[in-house]
Amino acid sequence: MSHHLVEARELSFAYPDGTPALHGVSCRFTHGEAVGIVGANGAGKSTLLLHFNGLLLPGSGEARIGELPVTAGTRAQIHRTVGYVFQDADDQLFMPTVEEDVAFGPLNMGLPPDEARARVRAALEAVGAAHLARRAPYRLSGGEKRAVAIAGVLAMSPSVLVLDEPSAGLDPAARRRLIALLRTFTHTKIIATHDLDLVLDVCTRVLVMREGAIEADGPPVAIFADVELLRRCHLEPPLSSACPPG
Amino acid sequence: MGRIDAALRDLRSLDALAARDTPLSRLDGRAKVLTTLAFIIVVVSFDRYAVAALLPLAAYPVLLAVLGEVPAAPLARKLLLAAPFALLVGIFNPLLDRAPMLAFGDATVAAGWVSFASILVRFALTVGAALVLVAGTGMHTLCVALARLGVPQALTAQLLFLFRYTFVLGAEAARMATARELRSGGRALALSAYGPLLGHLLLRAFERAQRIHLAMVARGFDGELRSLRTLRWSSRDTAFVLGWCLFFLSVRLVDLPQALGRLLLGAAP
Repeated sequence: MSHHLVEARELSFAYPDGTPALHGVSCRFTHGEAVGIVGANGAGKSTLLLHFNGLLLPGSGEARIGELPVTAGTRAQIHRTVGYVFQDADDQLFMPTVEEDVAFGPLNMGLPPDEARARVRAALEAVGAAHLARRAPYRLSGGEKRAVAIAGVLAMSPSVLVLDEPSAGLDPAARRRLIALLRTFTHTKIIATHDLDLVLDVCTRVLVMREGAIEADGPPVAIFADVELLRRCHLEPPLSSACPPG
Repeated sequence: MGRIDAALRDLRSLDALAARDTPLSRLDGRAKVLTTLAFIIVVVSFDRYAVAALLPLAAYPVLLAVLGEVPAAPLARKLLLAAPFALLVGIFNPLLDRAPMLAFGDATVAAGWVSFASILVRFALTVGAALVLVAGTGMHTLCVALARLGVPQALTAQLLFLFRYTFVLGAEAARMATARELRSGGRALALSAYGPLLGHLLLRAFERAQRIHLAMVARGFDGELRSLRTLRWSSRDTAFVLGWCLFFLSVRLVDLPQALGRLLLGAAP
């Protein structure tokens, strides 16, 4: 079985203050699948994503990446397999230069500096940010920050990419570039977003979440045609389906 | 938000300076840490009334700043920022220690003023050297160097996080200050409102810090600091440490300004 497989089995979770976030979520993503997770604020999208990387551990049920259950013991391995791009790039970028920041993951994996440098170069080139290598992250634009944050995760060569609201706060051109970039990745992609157009462009499948459970699961075009479902989940049909090209 | 933001940018720019390739940044971090430590010990070891004898030591931070291409203006601004602490430490000396010490014709200078001046000179030397050290090495490399010198990882990681979270706290504070300013209508905030405001700031910074920590863990952070720049001790580093230590010792043992004065006065008939 491939380690690209991502699975949740009857996953439930409540935050330490007692707020329930997930109620028995089950889903299974296969190799190379691009899945959008949509839903209202507080529907449990981010909470579910954090389980796939071991940053949260389930209250009951389990999350699995390939053969491995996500537990405190397997977390280090999981981090190498699943790359997590955070919603706010500023939370992720903290080294004095872009190059050093992208190298943070590879160095933590134990790669020697020369090898890490090669990874950094490749990752920055993949996101079209090679020219930013010597710049300070906090001086970059929103789109550049996002690209660098993605490079920081790519440099660890993950099999699965998890992205939390990747298009939030980007201007239309930067968002378009991000979509083009995401389409080039052959990784298994799990993307939590409010940007339903991005889902249409990038994903082959969409999960709709509502109040900590999965409300619907299917191909984006079919799901987004169900206006009643979208309304119930605080969503609106994507713009591109409202005014089709031509 | 102007002032807090500007101060943060300034502090950050100091750290960013180290990313450039300068003669100073090419030196091994450990060599710079050790030499600066020796420098500080020597500065502190002088007699409490020493002023002129300390001055030759200024060569160290000045030369380091030149080697590291550290611009003088931001450095001076940061020195001034810390100056009130030194002023506070020494301000009572002139009042408590009134014995005359120096005489210029009829006018005498109290010993307290001399020791006050000594404190200020020492402050400028040590803090200046430390700032140049950060600007020429970078906080991350500095922490890696400290760890390699045997300082426990727990401490060096704390130091790095302290530096990192200064910006987190500062950025949150700047945002809150702007939000308050926009709705205050120019009125000052009641003192009683500061308590909840600070509590709120702390909670927000906590939350942010937690997210940053998660992001680090997600990229495999396990408590050990690693750097792209490998620390490699070369003969240049040995020469740097030994050369400066020799200089510090000679300044400590021989009062150079006085010797120079004697030489000049002695030469005059």
